[in-house]
Amino acid sequence: MTALQKDRGPGSPVAARPAAPPEPPARGRAPRRQGTRRYWWFTPWLYLLAPLVLLVTFTYLPIADMLGYSLTDWDGVSPTSENVGAENYADLFTRPELFKVFLVSGVYLVASFVQIAGALYFATVLSFNTRFRNLFKGILFFPYLINGVAIGFVFLYFFQPGGTLDSVLRLFGADGQQLWLGDPDLVNKSLAGVSVWRFMGLNMVLFLGAIQSIPPHLYEAASLDGANSWQQFRHIIAPSIKPIISLSVILAISGSLAVFEIPYIMTGGANGSETFVIQTVKLAFKFDKVGLASASAVVLLVLILIVTWIQRRLVPEERVELS
Amino acid sequence: MRRGRVAVVAATMVVLTACSGNAGGSSSSAATAAADPAKVAGEITVLTNRTDQVADGSLKKYADESTRVHPNVTVKFEGLTDYEGEVKIRMNTENYGDVLLIPDNLSITRYPTFFAPLGDSAELSRTYDWTDYATVKDKVYGIADYGTATGLVYNKAVWQQAGVTRWPMSTQEFIDDLKAIKAKGTATPYYTNYKDAWPLQKWTDDIGGPSCDQGGKDKLSTTAQPWAAGQDLNAIDGLLYDTVHQKLSEDDPTTTNWEGSKTLLGTGRIGAMLLGSWAVPQMQAAAIAAGRNPDDIGFMPFPQATGGKLCTIIQPDYKYAVNVHSKNKEAARAWIDWYLTKSGSAQAEQAVSSVKGSPLPASLKPFEAQGVTLLPGQNQVNAAVISKIDKNSEIGLGSPDYRQKLVDIARGAAPGDHDSYFAELNEKWSEAQKTVTG
Repeated sequence: MTALQKDRGPGSPVAARPAAPPEPPARGRAPRRQGTRRYWWFTPWLYLLAPLVLLVTFTYLPIADMLGYSLTDWDGVSPTSENVGAENYADLFTRPELFKVFLVSGVYLVASFVQIAGALYFATVLSFNTRFRNLFKGILFFPYLINGVAIGFVFLYFFQPGGTLDSVLRLFGADGQQLWLGDPDLVNKSLAGVSVWRFMGLNMVLFLGAIQSIPPHLYEAASLDGANSWQQFRHIIAPSIKPIISLSVILAISGSLAVFEIPYIMTGGANGSETFVIQTVKLAFKFDKVGLASASAVVLLVLILIVTWIQRRLVPEERVELS
Repeated sequence: MRRGRVAVVAATMVVLTACSGNAGGSSSSAATAAADPAKVAGEITVLTNRTDQVADGSLKKYADESTRVHPNVTVKFEGLTDYEGEVKIRMNTENYGDVLLIPDNLSITRYPTFFAPLGDSAELSRTYDWTDYATVKDKVYGIADYGTATGLVYNKAVWQQAGVTRWPMSTQEFIDDLKAIKAKGTATPYYTNYKDAWPLQKWTDDIGGPSCDQGGKDKLSTTAQPWAAGQDLNAIDGLLYDTVHQKLSEDDPTTTNWEGSKTLLGTGRIGAMLLGSWAVPQMQAAAIAAGRNPDDIGFMPFPQATGGKLCTIIQPDYKYAVNVHSKNKEAARAWIDWYLTKSGSAQAEQAVSSVKGSPLPASLKPFEAQGVTLLPGQNQVNAAVISKIDKNSEIGLGSPDYRQKLVDIARGAAPGDHDSYFAELNEKWSEAQKTVTG
């Protein structure tokens, strides 16, 4: 998973996602207890007031505004702007070079599958009685706690010619300098590597939590039947945490389409590492085309919604029964 | 509707400011100088990009000194790290300080919307240089603190060791000199500062230098192909291309470091960087910090002579303006006048003060000695049109992206070559020009 995840708390990963709007809060309403007097029907809404106000103020109003901007030629500072209808969208779709940047997202997408696989592996290993398991959990989760800007700066030194990575590789006998960020074939892989390093811990913690909800007697029974570790993983763990895995995949895909922070800080989108979001930011703030940039943000939003929808159709959510 | 909503958010954030609303005060629409400076009163906030001067207290010292002339004016400073980005967003509200620096990428036609007029251009231009950079319909909206010369900061010792004793008179000679430096093997001949990016946009400032023409930039509005042979941008970007293409710059431009580059140049591990003369004191400070000789740091004009003479544009730094919504316009104006004429801040920066008739700083003395033509700024007649063409074409003369790509192409990291990229830029420019000027 990638940069956009920075905002997501492990507790409610769906709630903070700008891409797929959270489920209507109404569903969270407690079932009305019998005997409660009628005029107290709004009590649950009182509890929901604060989050609802925050949600509307900081998610839905800005989105509505963004939709509004996308129909204007606003330049970002002037007090007036003209309504241009769908012109921005027409402009966007007649310039295929604006969508070329999604090729970069492909690199991040591949990386996020590596990340999920790695997270699954570590979560499985660490959910058994491994020595120093809490220490390892801490080490793997730690990168997620570091501020993204700090990570950007650290990895700039890491990737410098003759920097940390080159020195470490030299210890293993690999000579010769690589321009990790300077080589156009390597730059996106290097940046995606940073993303993997940063977000794998979060995935791992999500998986760990799910794995721990599996009743231990299942393993006992399985090992009595002679199942080895792989078979236990394949037939007990993987099916039990399927909903979490599919959630991770959704987040991975939407995250890959919306990579921003790490490449923006480390390369500023130079040398072919420009992503769709960086391109949007540049349109808005460098070329004063806030209308066009809003339109491309809307397009990104729609794209992510579509991808999520397709995925939910392909892999429908199902209840997992553990017994 | 947009402004309304932003204003509501701003109101909740800065309750105090918004509550006083349009309640008035002694504000008039123009920020004219008060008749008696001792009577001016008010508290003003100055937005600045010099976070370093806020931190080390040198701005506070100026403010304290100014209270001797206007005892009732209180000056507060607010340093913004990402000045351009933050100020432009704040300008959607009414709360963007009393005195501020005009953001570079704000189109000049918008100045009357955001800033209070400071006076007639005929009158102000008698006192200050570069007023035409912020003049709209004969009213001046901003005055520069100082100007700096465009050109290259270089390490004299490095160039002398390579056997170069005189300033290059052509771009080819410059490349040859860099080759001589490279052959010595101790220094990177040229450093692009590609990663920090903004140093690359400084190349744009040199427009007018190669052709020795004050109207060089103005001509862009009528030039369909600014990157064609013989044009300033062809010389400027061509030099950058050749430098990188002939491997005379750092190995990995994507991991450069601005702060580090000061020390590298100060200690002779870099030959030259294209910046402005404002960079000289910073490089000297870095040389002193590293225990080297600050006198090694020199400054030279863009290496292309016209009629046997080198040329350099002296161009203004940020322009100071007064917020059109400010309730203390007189106090704001009093501070600007004092800061620009009396504080000595321009001298402290070794820059050319905007006050007419000020002496040249030490770093530019060699320019006089060598007979370099100093052009006092660019003509500004077509500035608004040029900015429109530039934004429309998405090239961004004032932003570094297209030069980053130029560097990438030159070092073989992106597809294309010199000719194809220049042709692409020409095409984008002429297409945008057609839509803007019709």
